[in-house]
Amino acid sequence: MKQRSRGLLTVVAFTYAFLYVPIISVMVYSFNDSRLVTLWGGWSLRWYRSLLDNDAVIEAAMLSLQIAVVSATVAVIFGTLVGLALNRLGRFRGRTLLTGMVTSPLVMPEIITGISLLFLFISLSDWIGWPRTRGATTITIAHITFSMAYVAVVIRSRLSGMDQSLEEAAMDLGGRPLAVFFDITVPAILPAMISGWLLAFTLSLDDVVIASFVSGPGATTLPMLIFSKVRLGVTPDINAIATIIILLVSTGVVAAALVNRGRSNKSVDSE
Amino acid sequence: MKKLFSNLQRADGRRQWLRFAVVLPYLWLLLFFLAPFAIILKISLADPLVAQPPFTALLDWAATGWQRIHVTVDNYLFLFQDRYYITIYLSSIKLAAISTLLCLLLGYPVAYFIARQKPRLRNLLLLGIIVPFWISFLLRVYAWIGLLNSHGVINNFLLWAGIIDQPLTLIYNDFAVYVGIVYSYLPFMILPLYANLEKMNLDLQEAAADLGARPWQVFLNVTLPLSIPGIIAGCLLVFIPAIGEFIIPALLGGSDTLMIGRALWDEFFINRDWPVASAVSVVLLMILVIPMMWLQKTQSRAESNANGGAS
Repeated sequence: MKQRSRGLLTVVAFTYAFLYVPIISVMVYSFNDSRLVTLWGGWSLRWYRSLLDNDAVIEAAMLSLQIAVVSATVAVIFGTLVGLALNRLGRFRGRTLLTGMVTSPLVMPEIITGISLLFLFISLSDWIGWPRTRGATTITIAHITFSMAYVAVVIRSRLSGMDQSLEEAAMDLGGRPLAVFFDITVPAILPAMISGWLLAFTLSLDDVVIASFVSGPGATTLPMLIFSKVRLGVTPDINAIATIIILLVSTGVVAAALVNRGRSNKSVDSE
Repeated sequence: MKKLFSNLQRADGRRQWLRFAVVLPYLWLLLFFLAPFAIILKISLADPLVAQPPFTALLDWAATGWQRIHVTVDNYLFLFQDRYYITIYLSSIKLAAISTLLCLLLGYPVAYFIARQKPRLRNLLLLGIIVPFWISFLLRVYAWIGLLNSHGVINNFLLWAGIIDQPLTLIYNDFAVYVGIVYSYLPFMILPLYANLEKMNLDLQEAAADLGARPWQVFLNVTLPLSIPGIIAGCLLVFIPAIGEFIIPALLGGSDTLMIGRALWDEFFINRDWPVASAVSVVLLMILVIPMMWLQKTQSRAESNANGGAS
């Protein structure tokens, strides 16, 4: 028994090391003073300083943030509506098609989504003259489309664990449907909506493949910029960008986990 | 019964606004998700042309009517006659299948271990799996370039420790692609496995142990068979995205690493043969349809089980 758990512990320790060593190594090397990424030249912040002077990086980061905020917000609205419809409306015409369309993006290879959306945008602009150019708008549309699928999943799993009797009671007491929705349903699914938004936001900030297809000459997102640089090898300034993103994301995830835990502890206490 | 029915109807009537509100995302998905596939199917049946856009004037259909469109299956014939594409499809399936197996071998013990810990430690360990999953995919793959390079961290360490005297070729080959896929998709394997193992009723294991089964017998005969739904879900969640993976072979693979995502990218951006690229996509989708439907089925079964348990 002892032997077996030691073997298990070794595999577990190896896996966690496997997950974290690459991330930590990038972070450490972002503080390397040497221009050669392979040699250690002492600690320094020079790559962070050089990022501030790099207009292309700043511009791409701003574009990415803008796309991520807009697409996450629209995706949460659409995804919540779809999740509610699938969970609360029972059977309705077109339900199967809607379920299929909202779950398929989760497993669709990005490259196919990218190519097919590009074809759509080309056809539309041939046909009705819109979109005239491809760029931020077309990337945002693409991101909304795949993010809302993720939001719908999060919302549905929250709704399926939720008691409907509160909504029913409120409506029996004469609450107007929309008022009931905003006063009862929304507060109850708000945590799911927030995590859906965060998920959509990070997915958008992370996307290279789809953006590369549906973007035009004028618009380069941060991941596209990183990807084109990284294809040529490791560069110290990418290490610095990576470190900033890693710190932001992991702080966010840990904070969200702590908030959630506090919330669930509280609800356990109150029961 | 009658009352229940009228209640249901009333409840439905009260959600009338939702019926209208959902029309907008519905139309959105029809336009931006479904319509593009119709177009890709259409273009895969067009003749290639060296022009901008590089396919026959298939999109003039608005002006000329559908019947005038020149339809050809040449692109598909080309795929199946050309050994290059068949090799790439098979090699993608092989790479994805082996990576899935490696994820399972590594992920199962971890999921098992986490599921058996006390709640506090369990949450912490789970967070440790989830955090990398949220960090940019691109940056995590990038991190491996720095580790695997011929002058990278691993080679430097091995040289320094005197284990090797010449740098090993760890990157730009299939090995690096396996490392990248297993690394990126491991959380997709661990999380569904954990969800399954954590819910598992331990009475059966205890009963088996009480009846004299050895630990490995308990595992093989009780735990493993009970965890098959989790194994299937985890494997599909790794296998499906791994097959169409582009970033990992593009950044870590060698010129001889054949993966369909990369071939598709080259066909599209370098050869600019859009009809063939479309045909390649359609065939890839056909390969993925079976595992996708399987996943859909397991997910909906899990969902109905969860609902059944709740009510």
